Amino acid sequence: MKTNLIRIGAALSAVLVAAPAFAQDLTFWSWRQEDRAAYETFIDTFEAANPGITVKFETFEAANYNTILSTALAGGVGPDVMMVRAYGGLENVAAAGYLEELTTASVPALANFAAPAIAAESVRADGKLYAVPFASQTQLVIYNKALFDANGIAEPQTWDELKAAAQKLKDAGVIPFANGTATAWQNETVTFGLGSSLMGKDFYDALMAGEADFTDARFTGALGEIADVAAEYFPDGFIGLDYPSAQQLFSSGMAGMFIGGSYELATFKTQNPDIELGVFAAPGKTAEDAKLVGLYFDGGYAANAAGANKEASVKFLNYLASKEFGQAFANTLNNISTIPGVTFDNPLLAEVNDLNKSSIPYLMLAHFRYGEPSGSVLIQGEMQKLFAGETTPEAIGEALTTGLAAWYEPFKK
Amino acid sequence: MPQLRMTGRGLWITALIVPPLAFVALFIVYPIVSAFAYAFFDWQGLRRLDFVGLENFHTVLFVEPYRSWTINAFKNNVIVFFALMVLQNGLGFILAYALWRELPGARFHRIAVFLPVVLSTIIVAYLFKLFYHPLFGVVNITLKGIGLGWLAQPWLGQSGTALGSIIVAQAWHMVGFPTLVFLAGMQRIPGEILDAVRMETESEWVKITKIVWPLVAPSATIVFTLLFVGAFNWFELPYIMGGLDGSPFGSTDVLGLYFYRTAFGNVSAGQQDFGLGSALAVLIFIFIAIVAGVITTRLRAREIQL
Repeated sequence: MKTNLIRIGAALSAVLVAAPAFAQDLTFWSWRQEDRAAYETFIDTFEAANPGITVKFETFEAANYNTILSTALAGGVGPDVMMVRAYGGLENVAAAGYLEELTTASVPALANFAAPAIAAESVRADGKLYAVPFASQTQLVIYNKALFDANGIAEPQTWDELKAAAQKLKDAGVIPFANGTATAWQNETVTFGLGSSLMGKDFYDALMAGEADFTDARFTGALGEIADVAAEYFPDGFIGLDYPSAQQLFSSGMAGMFIGGSYELATFKTQNPDIELGVFAAPGKTAEDAKLVGLYFDGGYAANAAGANKEASVKFLNYLASKEFGQAFANTLNNISTIPGVTFDNPLLAEVNDLNKSSIPYLMLAHFRYGEPSGSVLIQGEMQKLFAGETTPEAIGEALTTGLAAWYEPFKK
Repeated sequence: MPQLRMTGRGLWITALIVPPLAFVALFIVYPIVSAFAYAFFDWQGLRRLDFVGLENFHTVLFVEPYRSWTINAFKNNVIVFFALMVLQNGLGFILAYALWRELPGARFHRIAVFLPVVLSTIIVAYLFKLFYHPLFGVVNITLKGIGLGWLAQPWLGQSGTALGSIIVAQAWHMVGFPTLVFLAGMQRIPGEILDAVRMETESEWVKITKIVWPLVAPSATIVFTLLFVGAFNWFELPYIMGGLDGSPFGSTDVLGLYFYRTAFGNVSAGQQDFGLGSALAVLIFIFIAIVAGVITTRLRAREIQL
């Protein structure tokens, strides 16, 4: 099979060299270096079904991907098809007019996508869609099943039960939560992975309706609870603990829980193949409070508006929006595909997918990364201050609201 | 009428001068000039919009939140400069003197002191990140081991210790460089002068202040100027050890990081603003050029006085 593919590939490239007029060479850019093997397989499937089109997968460093991509697009040497970020990160690229607008006419499968997924890849100003969303991520609590079982702990239903579970682990000599907050963005993850249910859907709706701001007691109260749990149940010196160390603490079995994104599941399995993982949504005050996870969309696949092979690009995008691709994507990459109707072999992913039904958007990313200072930058720094005992939840509410008022209309007075 | 015809000699000179001039123009002058030009435009992502005059400069200097970010980063750079002046150059001078006096083991130490300079910054940064690790770090474990457990800190996580910790790493990394320059300066001091001093006094202190220091003044000029430029262009260590945001809450933020964030955006902000970034770059460039110029001329003048 493989040799056959190589032969076909060789024959194809011979044809391409001989007759460039027929060539439909697509370049496909991504920041997922670690997924290269999987993408090569997806591309092979696509190429087999679409003779005459070849796709070349190229990856760039994740942290600088947006910079590299926008520079290339501005210079007219951008790829035909590319991964783009969502929300504010998408607008940077899309608002400059580099991306091809997508409609249900060009990519019919998009009609069935969930509305929040479509919104994540649309530009707010014109409401136009520019990319096929590829994965959702969920902020929740991941736990070590063996450690929970050994200490007779069940998934907590209330905030007090969560604290009791942490106390049990601590008494047993296990670090309750592995998280550290020296890496700035981890503060945001901890805040909304742990606090979404405490803040509640009412707060989210009121915030979006412009009826509440961050000085709201539902928000600041949650921050206070989070800081208390961190002080008591995070590792010693967690404010100086960086992200990779925190991951190691959890995957090595030294800690019982990790507040993080569903993207951590695959990492933990790689770091320690024997670890047995479970997930739950951090609970609210009482068992009746809805258990909410923080949900967001990672990015999407977009086509270059100035690309030479637009027709082939759109064909490829249609494949990337197909259920066949979504299923392969979920199975090989252990990610939650946004494509409707995809099922999950992996029971954990199936569970995360279930938890997603009761969610609020991962707040700062979804709504407050459209101007400077971004809500993410603010909350990260402010939470670091709170964990270090240099501010109060009420002061954070004030700082966020006044800080965001620089560009967020509803907060302007 | 001036002679325009190329003679053989003229051709030669032209052929030799044009390539390097073209190189400098293309890769040094052009980027600097274009950065200057970029600073006067409004940008959306990397797309250039309208000419806005001095608007970008005004924004980074006077409009919140940029104003407090600029001040904070600049303040940290100043701290870094003075701290390194003492830690890196001061220690460098003392080390150089000890090596020059051929104390026992000088041969070994000459290499040992310079060795870290050869290491890549990435390696040094990761090494020190491990040293400062709150749970497993050598620093905290040692402190606990010798009964000073109450001194154990989350070094890189506190606003009070984070910048200092990174400065120590930088000083350890680069102390060999001023040492080497000072040592070279000391070895140039003529033997007759030293013999003459030995007739007058045995005091090391007098020797250092009256003879060695004035005679290595040219080395000091070089080292101080380079340190100034280095301190205000500081990027790698804080980037790797503190992150692009100058974590925790801006206490390790320096102009280099701030410029990068503003111009290219980071994942948490999602905003790129080339205009503001370029304006910052221009300001940093002008500041460094002027101050470095002043330092050099002042120190040169002082060299002669001494």
